[in-house]
Amino acid sequence: MRVNFTVNGRPQEADDVWEGESLLYVLRERMGLPGSKNACEQGECGSCTVRLDGVPVCSCLVAAGQVEGREVVTVEGLAEFAKDRAEHGAGHGGCASGACGTSLDEAKKWQARPTQDSQTGEGVELSPIQQAFIDAGAVQCGFCTPGLLIAADELLERQSDPSDQDIREALSGNLCRCTGYEKILDAVRLAAARQGEAV
Amino acid sequence: MAQNTRTVPAGTPTNVTQNHAKGGIGESTLRPDGTLKVTGEFAYSSDMWHEDMLWGQTLRSTVAHAEIVSIDISEAVAMSGVYAVLTYDDLPSEVKNYGLEIQDTPVLAHGKVRHHGEPVALVAADHPETARRAAAKIKIEYRELPVVTDEASALAPDAPLIHEGRDDHHSGHVPHPNIVHRQPIIRGDVAAARERADVIVEGEYVFGMQDQAFLGPESGLAVPAEDGGVDLYVATQWLHSDLKQIAPVLGLPEEKVRMTLSGVGGAFGGREDISMQIHACLLALRTGKPVKIVYNRFESFFGHVHRHPAKLHYEHGATKDGKLTHLKARIVLDGGAYASASPAVVGNASSLGAGPYVIDDVEIEAVALYTNNPPCGAMRGFGAVQACFAYEAQMDKLAAKLGMDPVEFRRMNAMEQGTVMPTGQVVDSPAPVAELLRRVKARPMPPERQWETAGEGADVRALPGGLSNTTHGEGVVRGVGYAVGIKNVGFSEGFDDYSTARVVLQVINGEPVAMVHTAMAEVGQGGVTVHAQIARTELGVTQVTIHPADTQVGSAGSTSASRQTYMTGGAVKNTCEAVREKVLEIGRRKNGSYHPAWATAELLLEGGKVVTDGGEVLATLADILEGEQPIDLELEFRHRPTVPFDLVTGQGDGHVQYTFAAHRAVVEVDTELGLVKVIELATAQDVGKALNMLSVVGQIQGGTTQGLGVAVMEEIIVDPKTAKVRNPSFTDYLIPTILDTPTIPVDVLELADPNAPYGLRGLGEAPTLSSTPAVLAAIRNATGLELNKTPVRPEALTGTL
Ligand code: FES
Ligand code: FES
Repeated sequence: MRVNFTVNGRPQEADDVWEGESLLYVLRERMGLPGSKNACEQGECGSCTVRLDGVPVCSCLVAAGQVEGREVVTVEGLAEFAKDRAEHGAGHGGCASGACGTSLDEAKKWQARPTQDSQTGEGVELSPIQQAFIDAGAVQCGFCTPGLLIAADELLERQSDPSDQDIREALSGNLCRCTGYEKILDAVRLAAARQGEAV
Repeated sequence: MAQNTRTVPAGTPTNVTQNHAKGGIGESTLRPDGTLKVTGEFAYSSDMWHEDMLWGQTLRSTVAHAEIVSIDISEAVAMSGVYAVLTYDDLPSEVKNYGLEIQDTPVLAHGKVRHHGEPVALVAADHPETARRAAAKIKIEYRELPVVTDEASALAPDAPLIHEGRDDHHSGHVPHPNIVHRQPIIRGDVAAARERADVIVEGEYVFGMQDQAFLGPESGLAVPAEDGGVDLYVATQWLHSDLKQIAPVLGLPEEKVRMTLSGVGGAFGGREDISMQIHACLLALRTGKPVKIVYNRFESFFGHVHRHPAKLHYEHGATKDGKLTHLKARIVLDGGAYASASPAVVGNASSLGAGPYVIDDVEIEAVALYTNNPPCGAMRGFGAVQACFAYEAQMDKLAAKLGMDPVEFRRMNAMEQGTVMPTGQVVDSPAPVAELLRRVKARPMPPERQWETAGEGADVRALPGGLSNTTHGEGVVRGVGYAVGIKNVGFSEGFDDYSTARVVLQVINGEPVAMVHTAMAEVGQGGVTVHAQIARTELGVTQVTIHPADTQVGSAGSTSASRQTYMTGGAVKNTCEAVREKVLEIGRRKNGSYHPAWATAELLLEGGKVVTDGGEVLATLADILEGEQPIDLELEFRHRPTVPFDLVTGQGDGHVQYTFAAHRAVVEVDTELGLVKVIELATAQDVGKALNMLSVVGQIQGGTTQGLGVAVMEEIIVDPKTAKVRNPSFTDYLIPTILDTPTIPVDVLELADPNAPYGLRGLGEAPTLSSTPAVLAAIRNATGLELNKTPVRPEALTGTL
């Protein structure tokens, strides 16, 4: 089957999709957007979290056919998404300009790149929560990070000054095996504080 | 003030003060791969993609112990989209087994399966679902054999032998062929010491089977090459160890198997053994196409070894004034069907089995069994974890029996620098055991009844049971517990443990740039950050790039045993020092005649310049290196030698370095439902020297949380009758969420080890040791129950077992 939907503000189509394929599989293996992670493919770990029409979902539990005509934001589009929100206000959603995200052609050029030059990526514009994760040391292996970023960004969109209990509750669906979570809490607090200062 | 004046060739001597390059050692430099990881661009092993690639799938045994009567692949082969189906008969070389120390693990089962989930056949197809369906179409007929699941069934007179006719280097000294390895440690005279004891306590402890449960599944991509070899991109802990095991099975020389590390989503010991590496290569070589294998979570639980479950019997004695008299211990580790790292785990469990205490008279015996349970091997803490669980419970029992404070009792018996270990090895660097305990105890306690909110009753989220709303505080009791542990760093027992680093220094666009190339597996621990910090410090440059880890450079050894910053960090440091010598040689040749200090002074590289120890600038690196070939050196680094433990007495200087951590756990228990909430897990650890405090604290918190997990929820459950795994999923194997994890305040000591690079101590494992017994002690303190098994389940707390 063919599925048409919007990913990070850009219309995409996927052909020859099997009925059983998950949104996660389509993003990772067909769209060349491997940012959403495949840690359990069972809805237990939150590594695959994306926003579907603004709502955080486990993309491993969403059948590809369910996203027909809908909008998906992945970690690859998070910086643009957050920027767009900052400029146009919360609830704006998606990327109306259509300028964000990775085009399918571009994505298809994505090749096996085992590890990359340690300096690449610097100077990239990041969303506040992405920057806070780096600054607070909340990234170790980083496999849980994309899902946590989507969940934490959505929390901060709803609640600009969450308590620790609020943060714990919002992130309780995202497993991390490396950090012990303390620095993830630090990162969310840091992003909230910076957001508060900026207002 | 830093000066940038050019002083070459005939400049005026200039004073520089502390112009260290930004991001040197001791600074909390941020991860160089952080940006890629937060944008989703970092390529983990499961993200590999190649045009035209196929998907590999493993078919695994559904029974634990059986003869394979027949395998019928005809239906699978006939499916459209299927490119290859391989069984044991298709293996291309005479070498059909692999293993870390003992080559007892079949690439694909031949004749027999020895545990539930053992790989039997492989499929490559054009879609992962096709591959799965094809695998399901393979028909295997098993003739089931009786299963060996514990010590009694393994050592029974008519016990089936898991590996008949074994002839490895341990088989000659073990008392039974179903024992992988046995290590006694005997020192002093336990019988005589027991006479001096005023109190004696005994305990039987059971440590459950824990899983590493790293989030990034086993995965990788094998690409066949034109020269008949293969390129493998994979997540692992030790590229060269994999290579040594892969190449012979493929029938290829090592240089035709080129390995590159791809992004690793956590490891914790679970990637020390081969998982899908050989399978992917076999399929790629057979089909002539790139093959990607990605385990799902279910398969991941079968795809790697676990932490050895253990039964430990301990007897301690003490005098009435609180001095330990003796220890007699027996530690039985279940190694499962294949040896993996079992021999080394036995060595650690026995040699560290007395803990960080002074005990002159000791008899310890540790054994690892072959059974039909899932194979067990390396996991963070490696043998020391199980022992710590038992000896710390014993310390509390002794203190209680003597009417002493448990921390005071431990401090009275704490080892220190100069203490002789039960192996006879003298601890020759700081061992601040008493101080670590003092620090966790001195920390202010978290406030009582934190769930009580002003006016609104209880915030159930802070209570045991959380949002399940199971209590509003009634029946909730608090407890406090302490523990401390000792772990060795690096590979022990005479292993030739070395690491290699290549460093290239050159001028690019007028700026000195260093490149560090090692085969170190970055598994999240932050080695890439620290290597750049070391190079900046040693070479006085700002720009450092880290080359991807691959097998084109010498071995870096394993990212395990808390050794990587010590070993590969040490290799980077040494190689940088040699590069510095070359710089100075060139400098002397070019500029030596312009300033006498070139010949007479101690020279340093700082801020991109050559300076004297008095701070005088002699030249810039850019000028020295301009027009020269890049300085390109590759050197090996070794720690001081160790020796194997004597097989009868266990004596010998077997360890390189010791590392220590202490915990205080505060828990609240809902005694009605048996639910536990850990409120705080305060930690103190000596790290010798913190090269990057941000990473150090992160490692300690992560390790602490894994110890918490095994205390209250983590266990792979194996059916004792069938040896089948019952809970291979994140639905049923629970790891701590952010709601289960308390705040973890960390107190870091830096008492330098004079033998180690920068004085550092390996740190990754120690926090995993004492975290578990501290939580158990706190739950015992809250409930008054004995609790001798991990994890503590509700039924153990409510008496409904
Ligand atoms: S991969 Fe989707 S929840 Fe784990
Ligand atoms: S799982 Fe590795 S950083 Fe969270």
